[in-house]
Order: sequence, then C-alpha cells, then structure tokens
Amino acid sequence: MTEPILEVSGLTKFFGAVAASDALTFAVERGSIHGLIGPNGAGKSTTIAQLSGELRPDAGRIRFAGADITAWPVHRRAHAGLQRSYQITSLFPDFTAAENVALAVQARQGHSFRFLAPARRTPSLREPALAVLGRLGLAAKADEPASRLGHGEQRQLELAMVLATRPTMLLLDEPTAGMSRTESRRMMGILRPLKGKVTILLVEHDMDVVFALADAITVLVKGKAIVTGPPAEVRANEDVRRAYLGNY
Amino acid sequence: MSAPPRRKQVVNITGLLVLLALPAVALAVGEPFLIGVATRIVIAALAALSLDLILGYGGMVSFGHAAFLGIGAYVVGILAHHDIENTLIPFLPGTWHGTTAALVQWPLAVLASALFALVTGALCLRTSGVYFIMVTLAFAQMLYHFFVSLPAYGGHDGINLWQRSAVPGADLSDDWIFYYVCLFILLAVLAVLSRIVNSRFGMVLQGCKQNEARLAALGIATGRYKLAAYTLAGAIAGLAGALTANQTEFVGPSLMHWSRSGEILVMLILGGIGTLYGAVAGAATFLALEEILTSLTEHWMLFLGPILVFVVLFARRGIYGWLVGPESGDD
Repeated sequence: MTEPILEVSGLTKFFGAVAASDALTFAVERGSIHGLIGPNGAGKSTTIAQLSGELRPDAGRIRFAGADITAWPVHRRAHAGLQRSYQITSLFPDFTAAENVALAVQARQGHSFRFLAPARRTPSLREPALAVLGRLGLAAKADEPASRLGHGEQRQLELAMVLATRPTMLLLDEPTAGMSRTESRRMMGILRPLKGKVTILLVEHDMDVVFALADAITVLVKGKAIVTGPPAEVRANEDVRRAYLGNY
Repeated sequence: MSAPPRRKQVVNITGLLVLLALPAVALAVGEPFLIGVATRIVIAALAALSLDLILGYGGMVSFGHAAFLGIGAYVVGILAHHDIENTLIPFLPGTWHGTTAALVQWPLAVLASALFALVTGALCLRTSGVYFIMVTLAFAQMLYHFFVSLPAYGGHDGINLWQRSAVPGADLSDDWIFYYVCLFILLAVLAVLSRIVNSRFGMVLQGCKQNEARLAALGIATGRYKLAAYTLAGAIAGLAGALTANQTEFVGPSLMHWSRSGEILVMLILGGIGTLYGAVAGAATFLALEEILTSLTEHWMLFLGPILVFVVLFARRGIYGWLVGPESGDD
C-alpha cells in the first residue's frame, strides 16, 4: 500500500444551515483514478472547489503530496501540480487553441515577467502546446479561436491546457458533461492512458464512465462520504443502492 | 500569427505620416496655433495609450487615470516653482532645490506616478469590476482635493510655469521642437507597448481580462501581473502629465479632476479598446472634434454625445477597428 497523494480529513463547509461538506474524510492513492460520485447536491463540486482552493473550508485539513495545503491560494496549489477542470468549460475565448495551451505551458515554466519577446513565436511555448494538442486530437484546430470550437472540442481543449502544466494530480469536474456518446468515449480514451502517471479525482455523472475507469470510488451523500472502495464493492453496497444507485 | 493584413499597415503608416506632417500643414494653411492642438493630441494619445494597457489588455477599468497625469504635472510644476523662488522643497529630509532640467523633472514625474500607482494599485486590485472603478475614482478625487487645499502650490489656482523644461541641445519653448519631442516619446512608448502586449507578460495580462479565475487555476498568481501593468500604466501617464505641464505652462488641480479621467476613457472607447493604435486615433478624433465643435457652439458636448453613442453602437471596435476593417483580428 503506497502513501496516499491526497488526504482529506474532517472537511466541513456550510452554506447557511446546509452542510455542503460534512466532516468529509477520504484519501486518494497515488497514480489511481478515483471516482467521486453522489446524487445531485451531494457536494461534489463544492469538494472540488475546496481542494483547488477556490472555496475556503470552515474546518478540516487537506494534505497533498505530503504538504498541508489547506491555507494555500489557488495558484500555489496549481503550481504544486494539483490542477482542475471545470464542469462548465473555462477557457480564454479570444485566444486560439494553441494560445490557450501555451498559456498553460507558461504557467508551468515559472514567472511570466518577460516583456519583449513575442510569446506566440516562442518555440519553447508553442511546440509543447502543439504537442499536447496533437495528443488530444486537436492539432488541426490549433489556430482556431477557442470560442469557435465545438462543445466537445472545447472540453478537450480544457483538458489539453491542464495536461500541458504536467500535473501530478487532476481534479476533473464532469469531463464528459454535455458530450455525445462518441465524444464521451473519446474522452475516456484520453483519460485511461493517464492511469498510473497522473492521479485523477473524477467527478462524473455518467456511471458507465466512472465504473469503467475508476480504481476506487467514494460515494458522497449530503456532504458525507458514506463509502470508499473498489467499484465492485461500491456497486454491491446496500447504503449506496438505497441512497443513489437505486434509481440508476 | 499570420502576417498582419495590409490594410492595417496602410492605416498605421498614413497615421504616422499625418502626425509627422501636422506642424508643416499648420504652417502652410496659416494656422500655426494648430501645432498646439497637435501637441495636445499627441500628449492625450500617450495618456489614452497607458489606459489601454490596463483596460484594453488587462480588463481593469480605471476611472482615476487623471491622478497620474496630475502627479506627473505637479512634479514638474513643484520643481520649477522652487527653482524660480530659489527655495528648498519642503516635506523632504535633507536639502533639495528645485530644477527646470527635463532630465531630472521627467524621470521624477514618472517615478512619482509609478509609485502612486503601485501603492494605490495594491489596494484597488483587491477589488474588481464596478468596485475597482469606484476605488480608482476615489483615490483620484482624494488627490484632487489634496491639491485644491494645498496653498503652498496655489491651491485652486495652481502653479504658473515661467518656462518649459530645459533639455540639453533643444529649446522646448519652440513649439515645433516641443511637438516632435512629444511625438518621439509617443512613438517610442507605442513601440515598446506593442511588444509588451504580445510578450509572455502580455499574454498573462490578456488572460486576466478574458478569464482570470482560469489563469489562477493554471498556477499563475494574477495579482502581481495586474499590479505591474497598473504601475507601468501609471508611469506612462505620469510622463504624459509632465508633458502636459510643459505644453500649457501651467499646473493645477483641474488636471486630475474626475472629468479628465472620463475624457481619457471616452478617447479610448472612441478610438477602439485593446489595439494601442486606437488610443491615438481616439485622442486625435476627440480633440479635433472638440476644436471644430467649440468653434461652432459652446455646447459642444451636446454633439459629442451622439457621436460617441453612434460609435459604440455601430463600430464596436472603435474608429481604429472600423478603419482597419473586420478581417484584422489581433496581431
């Protein structure tokens, strides 16, 4: 058993009287794909936002790669290798696909206080960007503005940006949301080879995707983790069936 | 990415030639006062340009840009004042004399406005959107009222300068020379900024405008880049202020009144946001319109208003965007 890369303990977040995270505790093994599922309003997106640093928890601790990151700002967590994608695609709409990814490469390479050399013609930015776009099948769209890409392509572009930072762990918030069956399958084809290289916390509505990819699954109900375990165990769990899978 | 479209080059070169030829044209048509108008255009373009850096590229709508102009102008004014009166500059430790040397005045003007931008920017940038607009406005108004109530430097009446800054080898009191000095500074700043907005720094700045949260999520600490841009904009506007003081040979609090900040914004919107060249086109259009319309009626704002509405409604990318045509995106 290896040491977990991400440890969440006692994470609590209230919105008024509603507990979006209620003493939430779970751990993610290094190199695994870890599914985070639960019915609507279970607090999945709130969990991701607290892990990425966009929301401050009211209580609890988050440890990532051996460091307590609970108080770290968003950019510091990201720079440490904990990257996220958004449920609603979040891009730089006026930039081309290549420029979007190049900005992610820039983020990885350290500070951007370089004022004179034209960034678009800097090979150390453009080449890695094109390489990642190629891997995700977007090479032909490199010089299209992001806003003119199709929905599925935009979701792939966001993943390309995130991967271009060479993350150690990804927080993916419904990467197949709004995708067609074909696009969804292609996304799975992109995610599967990452297993073992990049740790992934996968929030997903599509149960086929989660059960096909995940090594372990945490089921969230009303901000609490009711079970964490391998897919087969989770599928067989009575509490999970009652809370969630009964209507699936 | 691709080679810039030809139409854009034609527009830019034509604009450059017009600016270079303006004094000669003014003389040829027997209206030498037009050199003064042209100088005002060039200086205003410099101020609008600095606003375009933070607004057009960084998405920071500053409504207090006149404060930087005012600081730049007052640095020149105060130094000249103590030089003429042969008194020491108060409030500073040690003994400091005034001076009229441009090589001292102008860099100090730039430094002082940059410092003001750095300090106020660190506070303003904790907010965004409408709050940012209001806080920048508040700082500018504070400064305005500070100088209004400062009798040492004339309060409301300001300071009259007896001469323009002294530059070795050139006599700035010659309107021709002063015009070309201002134009040279404008073109130099334009050249540097057009590199900056496309550099790594510029890409981060543009990213802040489009989707700042995304940039942070990628691991970029956006705050320090915005503050750097804000400080740079303050420095450039401070230089414009130093030139304004020289042009009018007068420095007063009206330079930093909020309506001045509004004028700079209007120039930029008129000319086209986020193009740099639009700032120049906007300043030229605004001041030319002012010149023409005021000769017809004192209620010239009544006519400027509809023109502005027309531009905003029908030429979203401003006059410059309309001139270069829709095919030219970003360069």
